[in-house]
Amino acid sequence: MMTLALLGLLACYTAGILLPPCLPGRPKAQNILANGSAIAASLFGILLGVTGLLASAPLNASLPSTLPLLAFAIRIDPLAAFFVLTISLAGLAVSVYALGYLAEFYGRSPIGLMGSLYNGFLLSMTLVIIADNGFFFLIVWELMSLVSYVLVVTEHENADVRYAGLFYLIMTHVGTAFIILTFLIFFQQTGSFSFEAFRHPEQPLAEGLRTLAFLAALIGFGVKAGIVPLHVWLPYAHPAAPSHVSALMSGVMIKTAIYALLRVYFDFLGGQFPWWWGFTILAVGAASALLGVMYALMEHDLKSLLAFHSVENIGIILLGIGAGMIFQTYGLPELAALGLLAGLYHTINHALFKALLFLGAGSLLYATHTRNMEEYGGLLRRMPWTGFCFLIGAVSIAALPPTNGFVSEWLVFQSLFLSFHLPAVFLKLMLPIAAAILALTSALALACFAKAFGLSFLALPRSAHARHAEEVPVAMRLGMGGLAAACAFLGLAPMVVVPLLDRVTGPLAGVSIEGRVLALDGWAVAPTNVEFSSISTPAIAVMLIALAGLGLLLAWIFGGRLKRRAYKTWGCGITLTPRMEYTATGFVQPIKRVFSTLYRPTVKLETEFLDESQYFAKRRRFEFHIEPVFQKYLYDPVVLFFSAAAGRLRIIQTGNLNLYLAYIFVTLILLLLTAV
Amino acid sequence: MTLVLLQTLILLAVAPFIVGLIRKVKARLQCRRGASPFQPYADLAKLFRKEPVVSTATSWIFTATPYILFASTLAAGLLVPIFASQMPLSFAGNIIALVYLLALGTFFLILAGLDAGSAFGGMGSSREAIVASLTEPAMIVSIFAIALTAGSTNLSTIVHKTALLEGIVTDPAPHLMALAALFIVTLAETGRVPVDNPATHLELTMIHEAMVLEYSGRYLALLEWAAGIKLLVLLTLIANVFAPWGIATSPTPAAIGIGLAVYLVKVSGLAVLIGVIESMFAKLRLFRVPELLGVAFILALLGLVFFYTLRG
Repeated sequence: MMTLALLGLLACYTAGILLPPCLPGRPKAQNILANGSAIAASLFGILLGVTGLLASAPLNASLPSTLPLLAFAIRIDPLAAFFVLTISLAGLAVSVYALGYLAEFYGRSPIGLMGSLYNGFLLSMTLVIIADNGFFFLIVWELMSLVSYVLVVTEHENADVRYAGLFYLIMTHVGTAFIILTFLIFFQQTGSFSFEAFRHPEQPLAEGLRTLAFLAALIGFGVKAGIVPLHVWLPYAHPAAPSHVSALMSGVMIKTAIYALLRVYFDFLGGQFPWWWGFTILAVGAASALLGVMYALMEHDLKSLLAFHSVENIGIILLGIGAGMIFQTYGLPELAALGLLAGLYHTINHALFKALLFLGAGSLLYATHTRNMEEYGGLLRRMPWTGFCFLIGAVSIAALPPTNGFVSEWLVFQSLFLSFHLPAVFLKLMLPIAAAILALTSALALACFAKAFGLSFLALPRSAHARHAEEVPVAMRLGMGGLAAACAFLGLAPMVVVPLLDRVTGPLAGVSIEGRVLALDGWAVAPTNVEFSSISTPAIAVMLIALAGLGLLLAWIFGGRLKRRAYKTWGCGITLTPRMEYTATGFVQPIKRVFSTLYRPTVKLETEFLDESQYFAKRRRFEFHIEPVFQKYLYDPVVLFFSAAAGRLRIIQTGNLNLYLAYIFVTLILLLLTAV
Repeated sequence: MTLVLLQTLILLAVAPFIVGLIRKVKARLQCRRGASPFQPYADLAKLFRKEPVVSTATSWIFTATPYILFASTLAAGLLVPIFASQMPLSFAGNIIALVYLLALGTFFLILAGLDAGSAFGGMGSSREAIVASLTEPAMIVSIFAIALTAGSTNLSTIVHKTALLEGIVTDPAPHLMALAALFIVTLAETGRVPVDNPATHLELTMIHEAMVLEYSGRYLALLEWAAGIKLLVLLTLIANVFAPWGIATSPTPAAIGIGLAVYLVKVSGLAVLIGVIESMFAKLRLFRVPELLGVAFILALLGLVFFYTLRG
């Protein structure tokens, strides 16, 4: 079954890569062909993921290779199967959506090429997950980065897009360098690039090398995941791509890094850590969560806002994983499994709701041709389907009950609260502080999505674009609706999700906790036991519906039949116009002021007065920006250093061919001398 | 089931009285006679009968919000033990679920404030967003400090164990710190002085009132009722988590009767205390509120530190 699903997946993606460019000049056929194959491949991927999770033994396969050290080996164990499932679920919905969305690009961009790249992107992500050889992994990892780079610069006419692409390309290669370092450490120990050898080295790694491998993997994969302070490229690159690609980059691609971190830490390094490893992951997670959401709040470009939220959610995932690692250190495998389970639950949740929100943003872009939230407004009445789906996504990402985001964040909270089992007082205090940071993060996320939804979809349209917006085509609605339904399902049915996740965390932590986490026949989730704490999202949903019904009933009993009058909003005596509405900038102003130490806002107001009197202003110029702290203090100095160094080195480059030949000659002589 | 119905009924019935009682206390302290504490019932009845006016600028969010807020606040209330320490619905959510259910209501209230397109609503929403963000960390840490002493985050378990003084760490310091923090949080969350002033309709100072400014008729009635219930739920939390004595630890009618009477006395006492505080303090400037909530956070954190250090 798994082999069949795997072959089907590979065949469909390959067809999606090869066929679309064969139909030049027929964009619609290319679109259907490309996304049709992606849909079929995703269905195979879902099958592969589910069977892989339920299978009793991992699937191993390999193709012979003539190159030394390189083997096209793949392995699908529960961990890989879970991530394949996540990628395929998001890929399915996004491909359905893209059928409609790509109509935007007919005649503007080469649809066939985009379709090929899109299928290649999905395929390379899947291969990254299932690769079982370091060399092979690096090849497909690089492929994934390059394909996504090309997709990012689809609209390369725009200078900002080119800049975002270049920034992405450089950062991702810095990351790759560290990943290579990680693998070289294992290679040096085992003499092989096979993951199987990494897993079971003949001699365990020395302490220093283990630490180096830990840090190099954290930096290398951290760049792709977008953890603070390596996140700076992400808010540029993710929004620059076409929206359906953004959805995959932000919802899914960053998860490959989470996968790789788990693979390296729990699989290759054997799940034996000093306490500060887990603490580092926890601290990095807390910083990413908080800073991600705080920068998101200040964004008025809807897609950039969503991209910053990916930084936040990766932080939340890392909080779960970090707590799990700490518990693992102190020999509490059941709690370790709980932390990992919480992190993985949030991983699949984030893949779904972030993809949903990006698709929603794509629909708004499709309908209004702008990404600036200040130009939206009143869209819920014009685009009711998009609005409703976006609302589901917003409620999920703000972790409000009874959605999926709530369940996973609640589990992260619980694993942080169980810190009182730890022997070290320092960690006993640090984990609750991380929980407090998580609370602040999620409250700010609530504010942020109240802003994103409220200012985009409610009140009066703020621009002609928004006034003339229309609901998007059926395929796009279908893609979003599917994801919204999936978010609701994952929230209301933890009894389906938890056993599947348990099959992933079981082997990693060495203990199955399904029986502990699911209480009351699966209707409640309880990290330890029902006495200690439990939630039941189905019960909460039933309560909410019943009590809302009670509200209606009471209104009817006390007030009788509803008569209501429609009238315009009171505008203090003048007709209300969109200019009187609260703006996105105004909405976040108090937050900006409260956290001004972080944002360091610059506000400049220049007024030019009339010559006759200084009571009448001729022109006013208002300028406002937030200091990008990391870019200014961390990245700019590095860039400056390298430019200066390069300037110095330029003197050896004279343009004289003879001199260059002399360089080569001297180098050869030196090499010969050192060889002897 | 009967317990759940009874609890819903009590939440619905007592909430307006608490609001009225606070008003009465404030009036007496200002040397006014003031309206009877039962006045809010008459207000609600009247509002329900009024024809609601709905702005043409709004969407379905505006009309759905009163029901969502009403439902989420009541649902949060059903997670807190009121007169009996062991509630049948306690499996549905622990104390964190309660915080998030209240947040669900806040989220929709913020949206509704923006929906009518008036600047006042937007201002209220924006301020509510920052106040809600800052209360949450203090609330979570104080909750954790309480949970540690009782060894559970399940409200029924906490209340039950504290009432029977079994299996809990009887050390007053962490409890007192958490109590102080939770009290400040309650004032902020329910829009009382010194964070917000429920009596004002002056645009520049209001938070909650600005968000619901466009509501009328039955929608306003439901919102007002829900606001009262939220206040009652948080007061109940304080009363029963920190001093659950008198609550029915077994579901016999006599014990429940005593539990009810004691409960009414306790929340009335807290309502009087809030009335006194509101008369003694002035409302803070909006940008001083973070400092107050910072104090709450530090208090809660100290509670945590005390818990670990006092036990060695």
